[in-house]
Amino acid sequence: MTKKQKKQLYKILAAAALYVLGILLPADEMILIAVYLVSYLIAGGDVLLRAAGNIRRGQVFDENFLMTIATIGALALGEYREGIAVMLFYQVGELFQSVAVSKSRKSIADLMDIRPDHANIMREEQWIEVDPEEVQVGEIILIKPGERVPLDGVITEGNSTLDTSALTGESVPREALPGNEIFSGCINLNGTLLMQVSKEFEQSTVARILDLVENASSKKANMESFITRFARYYTPAVVIVAACLAVLPPLVIAGAQFSDWVYRALTFLVISCPCALVISIPLSFFGGLGGSSRQGVLVKGGNYLEALAAAEIVVFDKTGTLTKGSFDVAEIVPAAMPADQLLELAALGESYSTHPISQSLRRAYGKEPDLTRIGQVQEIPGYGIEAEIDGSTVYIGNHKLMEEKAGVRLPEGPVGTLVHVAKQGAYAGYILIEDQIKEDAAAAIAGLKACGIKKTVMLTGDNDVIGKKVAAQLGIGQVFTQLLPADKVDKLELLMAEKSPKGKLVFVGDGINDAPVLARADVGVAMGALGSDAAIEAADVVIMNDEPSKLAAAIAVARKTIGIAKQNTVFALGVKGLVLILGAMGMASMWAAVFADVGVSVLAILNAMRALSIAKEKTLIKPVAADALI
Amino acid sequence: MKKVYKMEDLSCAHCAAKMEDAISKLEGVESASVNFVTQKLTINAAENLIESILEQARKIVSKIEPDCVILS
Repeated sequence: MTKKQKKQLYKILAAAALYVLGILLPADEMILIAVYLVSYLIAGGDVLLRAAGNIRRGQVFDENFLMTIATIGALALGEYREGIAVMLFYQVGELFQSVAVSKSRKSIADLMDIRPDHANIMREEQWIEVDPEEVQVGEIILIKPGERVPLDGVITEGNSTLDTSALTGESVPREALPGNEIFSGCINLNGTLLMQVSKEFEQSTVARILDLVENASSKKANMESFITRFARYYTPAVVIVAACLAVLPPLVIAGAQFSDWVYRALTFLVISCPCALVISIPLSFFGGLGGSSRQGVLVKGGNYLEALAAAEIVVFDKTGTLTKGSFDVAEIVPAAMPADQLLELAALGESYSTHPISQSLRRAYGKEPDLTRIGQVQEIPGYGIEAEIDGSTVYIGNHKLMEEKAGVRLPEGPVGTLVHVAKQGAYAGYILIEDQIKEDAAAAIAGLKACGIKKTVMLTGDNDVIGKKVAAQLGIGQVFTQLLPADKVDKLELLMAEKSPKGKLVFVGDGINDAPVLARADVGVAMGALGSDAAIEAADVVIMNDEPSKLAAAIAVARKTIGIAKQNTVFALGVKGLVLILGAMGMASMWAAVFADVGVSVLAILNAMRALSIAKEKTLIKPVAADALI
Repeated sequence: MKKVYKMEDLSCAHCAAKMEDAISKLEGVESASVNFVTQKLTINAAENLIESILEQARKIVSKIEPDCVILS
């Protein structure tokens, strides 16, 4: 509790003590009234002063004014006890609300506490601490174990592991070696590092993320704008109804007591502040945005959170999103020799080539090729390689090389990128090279289906056979293949027409060359954005690491946030509406009205804070090992 | 030019919305937002006008919520 809140607490306690004294004291009525008045002034003095001040400044209709009218009205009606009790209850509620708000502010601030406070830099032969903003590009900084990496840069000396969880939500530490690019906001775990700064602080990853998260709340969700609009009309409307309630019925209904209807009107005034809604809805959304950013998913605004929650169709780009975008040996099919010998032959023959396929062969071989076994090597562009290995002539390449140069006839093989090998005029077998599916891609699709996404679609520029195979393996419903970049937008338009009026279409890409598609979709999601400025700019939702399964997690967070916001709206409006009706019928006391005002606010704020704690729950979807390579 | 100011003792969300509304309508303000959760006021306006806008914003803030101040 802050000082101000403590002072408020003491005032409430003092007023409450006097109030109880007044009830228990068997004293003269005049003395009792004096005791009650002192108690009332201690409890509500500041409310009265603020109300008076606001009226002077031309601000009527705020809650201070309403509480003043309501309680003074009660006192005037001779309901001393009720007048004081209501003021006390109101102050207790306000205190609770203020504590709850500062608590939530603090937890949200903690969540975004990734701003580095200093950088160690060499100045006049000494390492000193400076503000990261003072460091220039190209300077060398020192990062001690336990410190937050203050700027983006490249490691020049030392090795360590980095905790990237604040940026990516990933709990497995990442290795950091000389030459590696590292990002600000990570925490250096165990080794001392020297790093050359590559970007100014304002351009650094951490500054961009903070900027994005803080500005996210300015893009308001529909629900938030609705509440703001609603609040503008709600208070005046309730006040007008209250005024009518006080005056009209006694005039119209025979035998109606004026004081009875004034009391009913006063209960109305107490409920007329829309604070519960106005505080808790933005707080829920802020919590949701904070919660998802803790998982490494940055959502650029409450409106996108709303759209994610309504996701119906999810469209994926293939390369770089569902697959790793790098080539690897997928299968070795020997015809005349053991598999490892076939791979060795291919790796040896490709020793001198820098082609990505040659590199993947050498990677799969895993050993340093014994160059002494290799004689003359000739690269035949468009065909492959003719090499002398262990004295015999070996052909390594595509089917044209086999049939035209090596003179062997090929058996029927699968479609894909195949490296055939022939030795001494005899066919030795082939090696299948393919782009590999990401470990969590299947889990990503399964997760989306589990949370009720109606349709998953894959778009790819790859050929039909490969595209369909990947889609089948991942369980993707529909696949469009052999697309040029412009075709992707057309296909997206087609899919947009398929969704229901309220459903949303989400497109997930790598953010590099699919900007038009990202822009056209209801929600554009870019993957692997850590270190890619372009992707962060282009997308509405940014997944910091390479895991497509984070999308399902983000949708879960979005749904929970919307759910909480809806609960709060229904709860607050419901209780207020109910008490308004009961109050008009004379069945609700001012007590109930105060509960409908501040009590509901406190409960709604507490509920809103659940949106923030989603982050702490473990994501249900775990990456499963891809059981097969494509 | 975009300027961000910290605020203190902003305790009523409804008031934050009113402030945002009023400051946005000041002459020379392209856009303004009052973030209740982070207690930050963001003003987007021409550089030469920003000082006078800030002064008017201070008045608006103290009129709507007397305890609340803009720090700078």
